Formats: sequence, structure tokens, C-alpha cells
Amino acid sequence: MKKEREEDLELNLTGEETTSESGEVKPKWYKRIRKGITTSTTDKRETPEGLWSKCPECNYICTTTELKENLFVCPKCNHHHRIGSNEYYDFLFDGEEYIELFDNIISKDFLNFTDLKNYQKRLDEIHTKTDLKDSMRIATGKVNGEGLVIACMDFEFIGGSLGSVMGEKFSRAVDYCIEHKLPYLVISKSGGARMMESAFSLMQLAKTSGKLSQLSDAKLPYISLLTDPTFGGISASFGMLGDLNIAEPGALIGFAGPRVIKETIKKDLPEGFQRSEFLLEHGFLDFIVDRKLLKNKLHDLIVLFRN
Amino acid sequence: MPQYPNRQFLDFEQPIKTLYEEIEKLKQTAEKSKIDMSDSINKLENAIVEKRREITEHLTPWQRVQLSRHPDRPYTHKYIEKIFNHFIELHGDRNVRDDKAMVGGFADLDGETVMIIGQQKGINTKMRQQRNFGMANPEGYRKALRLMRLAEKFNKPIITLVDTPGAYPGLEAEERGQGEAIARNIYEMIRLKVPVIVVIIGEGASGGALGIGVGDKVLMMENTWYTVISPESCSSILWRSWDKKEIAAEQLRLTSIDMKGFGLVDEIVPEPVGGAHWDYAEAADTLKKYIKKNLAELKTIDPVKRIDQRIEKFGKMGFWEELTAEQAASR
Ligand SMILES: [Zn+2]
Repeated sequence: MKKEREEDLELNLTGEETTSESGEVKPKWYKRIRKGITTSTTDKRETPEGLWSKCPECNYICTTTELKENLFVCPKCNHHHRIGSNEYYDFLFDGEEYIELFDNIISKDFLNFTDLKNYQKRLDEIHTKTDLKDSMRIATGKVNGEGLVIACMDFEFIGGSLGSVMGEKFSRAVDYCIEHKLPYLVISKSGGARMMESAFSLMQLAKTSGKLSQLSDAKLPYISLLTDPTFGGISASFGMLGDLNIAEPGALIGFAGPRVIKETIKKDLPEGFQRSEFLLEHGFLDFIVDRKLLKNKLHDLIVLFRN
Repeated sequence: MPQYPNRQFLDFEQPIKTLYEEIEKLKQTAEKSKIDMSDSINKLENAIVEKRREITEHLTPWQRVQLSRHPDRPYTHKYIEKIFNHFIELHGDRNVRDDKAMVGGFADLDGETVMIIGQQKGINTKMRQQRNFGMANPEGYRKALRLMRLAEKFNKPIITLVDTPGAYPGLEAEERGQGEAIARNIYEMIRLKVPVIVVIIGEGASGGALGIGVGDKVLMMENTWYTVISPESCSSILWRSWDKKEIAAEQLRLTSIDMKGFGLVDEIVPEPVGGAHWDYAEAADTLKKYIKKNLAELKTIDPVKRIDQRIEKFGKMGFWEELTAEQAASR
């Protein structure tokens, strides 16, 4: 039986540099290609060649190229590595072609929120270091010939936190789906709400629910794909509101984080607690899907919903 | 309502306690010496009211958080008792069990039936545990939703009273889908066909609050807080220390004044001088006026339009910058 990995999920929400799931410094392939190397956001990005990656679950070592070809799933133990929107868009959309939408919406520090660092300064730093504009990107393209809008979170951007920008992009994506009669897939990977936006971030839970209500009235399918990790405000809103809720294997998904629960009940958590398989067992997921089967399964679903 | 000496005093309320003690001394002296001290006692009693006013005029955000958690503060059942008649409490989510951290039922508001739902905190040690400190489990949220559906079916307005330090972060809560329960409530509340008025009467902590907090009108009582996380947890996560709760409370802008200023709540309901714990009847009376006024207003709106307005109201919330194509390219 595999040991539960301990991770300080909340640390990701601070926006500080974090260590990887294995406790080591994040593997290099995961670091986003720096600004200036790529030309536009929809361009295909190559991971640096010749780097080695160690699986945090089984310690299997392979080249990053091999890992990428395997959609960042460990060839030995099937561990699904955390990946970002670029990687998902590249393998889900036909020919790695897609149009990114609403990428001109960016966060601002309306409250002048300062914890150990000022929020605006934090945003500016991330914008300088990476080409990510916020914690969610929206794109549309074809999946085996079927049109789809995909909203995908980037965990690297302040732990994939839910703030005003995610709420607004999510909402416009719904409008786009309604206008173009397209189904909607949301790929979640988030520590929860963005504390630096205070109550504004909380209200995004209601804002996105209102939009989902409109999508529902338009009878367009909404699929929620939960990946490792998905917590807090996401699971307490659109993450759990899919016509179908599905998840990648082994993903940690929950409302309260494991550390908080442990401190509350003063007991160790059972093995497999809050993993995808646990949620499936308790009736909160429709199914678990391997990353390699995701694209075909999505296509089949879209067709089944339509015909 | 507890009377001195059964009142409890927060650290910044200590000057009031001192005045009570002085009155007590005077009363004892009067008793012993049979001298009429009522003038002096009256003066001190007025000084108490003045002190209450003085204290609330200069409250820090953290002190407001403390007031919202004042052990003598009225809770949901107290407001129900003072505002409504014929309250009939309804129990259970028809699935798992009855969650005592969430209460609700039909009641009469001056001749009109309403559904009233709210988190309930305990008034003593034993009750506090029984009420789980106002932290509902999934079945609490599902009970609330069942009651809201019932109200909708019989076309009765819904009033929710929010007072929670958060949804319960327990093992069984996760097994039974705490996230899903709150998500479902938020989603269903935004499309309820009947008027919904939400009042933050104490603590409005995050998803646990919003789980019964989506309405046409959201009111905040003066000395309450409402935001995405408690100042303590925020301090521990963002400052990596439990000692920055005062600063976290400031940074979060969680008071009723801030929230009204941001347009995230609609109205502030004034409290008795010094806080709701000084006069339950007055606190309830003011709240009743605000509820009735808003209800009358909401009932004039067509149900379909009311839902559209509700979605639009929350849809506007947020702040961001929208770059022009040129700006985006230059980044
Ligand atoms: Zn492996």
C-alpha cells in the first residue's frame, strides 16, 4: 500500500515559491518556459530536452520527453503528474490548435491587500516571471472534430486560486458557450479562494453558479473535471456542479484541506481519504478517467449528449 | 438577556464593567446607610450608555470580529422568538439526520407566513457542543435546501440568518460531500422563485455562510463580519503565524461598513448602542423593520425578473483590469 504523501496545500495559496508534491524542488519540466522564449500563447511549447524526472510515487526515472509523450503520466505506476493549461490544451485539442479567449482580463489589487508581500507586487512578479496572466485560461477548439470550450486552471498561479478574474473568465466562457452552442469543460486544480481578494473572491462562488444556471437553461452540457488538487471554494461551487463530475485517478479533492481536518478531529486520516477513488465510492463522481483516455471519452460524451 | 453580574465583558468593554462595579458599591452603601443614592446611580447608568457609545465609535476591525462573537450576543433562535410568531421548527434533511447547527421552519411575520433558516450557536458549554459551535455538516445545508424548496412550493418568502465560523471541517462532512452540499445550495438559491433575504447576524465565514447566503437582498448587522476566511486562519496561512489576526482582520476589509462600501451587501442594520448584546428587543425590532421593508419591496417584482436580477447582482461582483489588444501585446 502506498503511503499518503503529505503536502502543505495552503502554502500554494500564498503565492510563494513552493516545493513539489514529493517535497523536492519542483521538477524543471514543470517550470513554465520563461517569457520571451515563446512567441504567442497558443504556440506549442517544447519542454526542455534532456532533463530527467523522478516519479514522486514510485521513484521511476525517465526523461521529460518520455514523460511528455505519456501525457505526464508515470509509465510505471500511472501516477498523474500535475500539469498546466498548456499541456491539457495541447493533448485535448485536435492538432494542438485552439483559440484562447478573454486573455486580456487580468487581476488587480483593488483592496491594496498586503500580507507578507503586497498583492499587486505579487501579481507583477508572477507576470514578469511567467507568461501566465491568471489562474484560469479559456480556450476553444475541436476534440476529435467536436467543438468544445475548455476552462483550465494553472496551479502555478497562486495555487490556482479563485479570484475575480477566474469568476469573470468563467462567466464569459459560459456566455461564449451559449452564443456558439458549445459544451463546456472546466478542468479544476486549485487550493481554493484567493484570500487577497477577500469577500470579492467568495462572491465568485455565487457569480459562477448564476452563470451555470443560464448554461443549464440553454441545455448545454457542463462537464467538471477535477484534478489534483481541488479544494475549498472550487469544490463548494462549480467544481461539484457538473452535469457530470469526473476526476483523474488519485487526485486529492475536498472542501476542507487534510491538515485542517486532522487538527479538528485530532486523528490521523484514513488511507485514500479525499482521493478520487474515495469520492467515487461516496457517490460524488460519475467516473474516474485516465488522462490517456480523456480525449476520446470527452468526444464520446459530447456526441452522446447531442444525439 | 443576561443582566449584571451575569454579563460577560470583552477586554475593551472592561471600562463598562468598572462602572457596573461602582453602581454595585453605591447600592450596597445605600442599603447599609439608608441614604438615597439614586442620583449617583442614575449618573453612572448614563455613563454606561455613554461608554458603550464611545467604545463602538472607535472599534478596530478585529474588535468588531470580537463583538460578532460576543458570548452574550443574540443568536438565530433569539431573533426568531422576538421577531416572529408561531414559529414551527422543522427538522432533518430526510437522508442522514437532523443537524442542530442549522435550524429552520415556518413562522408568522405580522400575518404573513415566511420560511426562516439560520445557523444556531449554543448558549452554554453543553449547548455549544450540541450546536457544534454553529458549524453545519452537509446534512445541515441539505436540510436548509429542503426547507427552501418547501417555501418555494408554497410561495413563501425565505429569510436566512447567517452566523457561522465556517462549515464543519470534519471527516464525515467530507464523506458526505460538504463541498457539494454548499455548492448545491448556492446554485439552487440563486434561482429560487420566491423572495430571499439574507441577514448576517454574527459571523459570516466563507462558503459556510454563503451556503445559506445567496439572496435578493443581503443585509449585515452593524457589528458582524463577512468574508472568505476567518482572520485567524488567514493569518496562519498568509502570515504563517497565528499572531497576525488583527492585521488580517484589517486587510480583509470584513466589516459591515467595508462590505456595504464594496456593494457586496445591500444594507447595514444598526445595532443598539454598544452592540446587539446590550438590548435584544431593540436589536430584533430594528431587524424586523429592515426585513419588512425589504420584503415589501421584493414582492412587487415579478419572480422571473427577480431571479434575473439576483444573477446579475452577483454577476457584477469582482474587480479586474481589461487590457486593450495593444496593452496585451506589449506585456
Ligand atoms: Zn510512478
